[in-house]
Amino acid sequence: MSRTLCLTLRIWRQAGPDAPGGFESHRLEGVSADLSLLEALDQLNEQLIAAGQRPVGFDHDCREGICGSCGFLVNGQAHGPRAATTVCQLYLRHVADGATLVLEPWRARAFPVLQDLSVDRSGFDRILAAGGYCSVNTGSAPEANTILIGREQAASAFDTATCIGCGACVASCRNASASLFVAAKLAHLGQLPQGQPERGQRARALQQRMAEEGFGSCSNTLECEAVCPQQISADWISWMHREARPQAG
Amino acid sequence: MTAAPSGNASLDDLPLDPHLPAGRLATAWERTLLDLPRISPANKRGLRVLVVGSGLAGASAAATLAEQGYAVDVVTYHDSPRRAHSVAAQGGINAAKNYAGDGDSIERLFRDTVKGGDFRAREAGCHRLAEISGRLIDHCVAQGVPFAREYGGTLANRSFGGALVSRTFYARGQTGQQLLYGAVQALLRQVEAGRVRLFCRRDMLDLITVDGVARGVVCRHQLSGALECHTAHAVLLASGGYSNVYFLSTNAVKSNATALWCAHRRGAWFANPCFTQVHPTCIPSGGAYQSKLTLMSESLRNDGRVWLPLRPGDDRPPAEIPEAERDYFLERQYPTYGNLVPRDVASRRARERCLAGQGVGPGDGGSGGAQGVYLDLAEAIARDGRAAIEARYGNLLQMYARITGEDPFARPLRIAPAPHYTMGGLWVDYHLMSTIPGLFVLGEANFSEHGANRLGASALMQGLADGYVIAPATVTAWLAGQPQPEVGPEHPACRAALADVRARIDHLTAIGGSSSVDGLHRELGLLMLDVCGISRQAAGLRRGLEEVAQLTRRFHDDLCLPAVDTPIQGELEKALRLEDFLGLADLMLRDALAREESCGAHFREEHQSETGEALRDDVHFAHIAAWKHRQGSVPQRHIEPLSFSTVVPQARDYR
Repeated sequence: MSRTLCLTLRIWRQAGPDAPGGFESHRLEGVSADLSLLEALDQLNEQLIAAGQRPVGFDHDCREGICGSCGFLVNGQAHGPRAATTVCQLYLRHVADGATLVLEPWRARAFPVLQDLSVDRSGFDRILAAGGYCSVNTGSAPEANTILIGREQAASAFDTATCIGCGACVASCRNASASLFVAAKLAHLGQLPQGQPERGQRARALQQRMAEEGFGSCSNTLECEAVCPQQISADWISWMHREARPQAG
Repeated sequence: MTAAPSGNASLDDLPLDPHLPAGRLATAWERTLLDLPRISPANKRGLRVLVVGSGLAGASAAATLAEQGYAVDVVTYHDSPRRAHSVAAQGGINAAKNYAGDGDSIERLFRDTVKGGDFRAREAGCHRLAEISGRLIDHCVAQGVPFAREYGGTLANRSFGGALVSRTFYARGQTGQQLLYGAVQALLRQVEAGRVRLFCRRDMLDLITVDGVARGVVCRHQLSGALECHTAHAVLLASGGYSNVYFLSTNAVKSNATALWCAHRRGAWFANPCFTQVHPTCIPSGGAYQSKLTLMSESLRNDGRVWLPLRPGDDRPPAEIPEAERDYFLERQYPTYGNLVPRDVASRRARERCLAGQGVGPGDGGSGGAQGVYLDLAEAIARDGRAAIEARYGNLLQMYARITGEDPFARPLRIAPAPHYTMGGLWVDYHLMSTIPGLFVLGEANFSEHGANRLGASALMQGLADGYVIAPATVTAWLAGQPQPEVGPEHPACRAALADVRARIDHLTAIGGSSSVDGLHRELGLLMLDVCGISRQAAGLRRGLEEVAQLTRRFHDDLCLPAVDTPIQGELEKALRLEDFLGLADLMLRDALAREESCGAHFREEHQSETGEALRDDVHFAHIAAWKHRQGSVPQRHIEPLSFSTVVPQARDYR
């Protein structure tokens, strides 16, 4: 038999983007320690529905840490206390019996709250649309092995390409900067030969779009690196700043 | 030359025509391309194409069509196209490049695919897929997809189940993620260029047809609750598979069959719905509130040895079980392929051993005994070193440790089979067009090239082939051949479809019962896993039909939706999906019952040899079953015969 525990969840409740919000406490008894925190929320929601109340809204989908849908603050930390872990992979076996967990949505002007723990992160897509790609049309590619890429270089590009777009970096930054998100994409493409033709232009366009979308500048606190579930290094932010600077105005 | 079906023909009484190319297979696709009608770039701007889904197939098709000049609309229920479940594909993508120099070729990939699918797929489609595969790698590399490399800088390959060559390209254990990001970035480039409009957080709830031709969809906006009509000159469904009919599967929690099912109700025939794949290497299930099953890439079978204790009920820790008391059952039963037998074989053999009481780990919470088998990396770790194994499978092993709380380097992984992929889907012809003219179906949503069983690393290949290459050519041919009158949201067909959806939602919200959506869905899943999972038999399938009918009645009589006054209604979204899963479950059972043979993932216990191998019946069942929906009546089964000119059907033998 697996261990069970009792939990108090203090959850931010907000019916809609313009509705007032506040915390609401719920107690869960006898929850299996083998469940994830999101599964505990599922269990709470079944109870709320049975009682005729509105279930807690939160984003989630793959529940294996790769889609980037989930994400909220657990006791003030983006995705909770475990390193390299999205909140869907946070298991209750790491939580003490009787613990209180405070669950809040990402707090950033560029990520408006939609409902409860769910926020609008479409700004990320608009940043990428500004140039986060290699401009190559289908059908025009050369034979793959004509582009040689050293193993280390490919691995480093891969490491930065793994960003899942969850937004934890923004939520943990006191300036709500998307610098780590932007730097990761610039580094992914900027380290590869395929990304060279547009490298400078891309660096300018993405940083400018980031500012237009209401994200702040890098706060240099490195909290983004600490919470990143893909462990993308904040060194890439410095690297980004050495890339072409955003044009004035 | 094969023509696309005429927009006005009623298909009801005609034999199913797949519009296969005549003549030599090896040149069939090239000849087809030459003959397909074209549209001048200037005229493409006035034509709108609607794509439902933003995964590999949808994003790649939308990006490519927009590059060609079409006005493209993309509808997805995700908040961003990057979330589509293709993102979770781990292992890799096959291509016949022969970089490994081990004798691979287009012909070999083609034959492996036909054989892997147990001779229930079309030769012409499989050959085309193998032909296209190499160019997909070229394109993805040009996009900047960071595939694994050899020290000299060339692309690396690994081997996968069902193949004796090394042809799988990969990006650590996140190949699907990297391919999807490549496609989504191409899509966003077109958004920026103004050629794609992105409609996120929309559930497609109906298909709009005008004079029998697909012309749009009805969506519900998840944030505002508004019902919207999106019209176009052609509609592409790339909405993924339906493994979540089993409730617990490796699919994302929101993956659903609603787009497929509403197209089916509007006249698109459903092919081989019972061909569903149960993946052998997943993390075993736990408690009652478990929300999903997590896949461990099949590539682990390259380095892992599958075993169980010889003695049933042996509950010693694995390290204490001596070599002589271990049953390496796949290596024992299949000396040639060993641990790399195809998925269906591995899952079925594992289930057999577990039913015999050899299973390890806790029960599955539903149907009793221990369901797990060991996947042991010890030998590979001793051979190659821990660092090499970490480099190969790092993120998978971390994920395993997170979910189970066990250290995969200290003890063998425990794995169990889980529903993973659906080979069945909407019937399409060689041009990827369904039985509804103007409705194209791409990727896992169609039934196409995997026959009765998909080989590892072939889903990504097929999704991208459909999206980057095939659909852009065939959709163009359709639009060139069939000038369509303009249809706006005020068209009577739109208003009628909108009213139907509104009535459906009103019905669900008015039930006011006490059964939760998840509770009913869990029941459906356990039932389907039991009677229509790895192993099926007639009595179970008949019982399944009765119980699905009962569940459907309970759904309509006793569903509980919370009374909320906000437009965001997650439970309503789930209820709409469940209603369609119930309809699909009924069809899967009928299809499984009608197919009196064992082939691929469809194993009928009545049809097996003395050694427990599947007995295929090529005399009576060498065909695709395509089901036609009939309102108020049982669905009707049609067949499309399969003929094999190049690969002679044989018993699949992986011994």
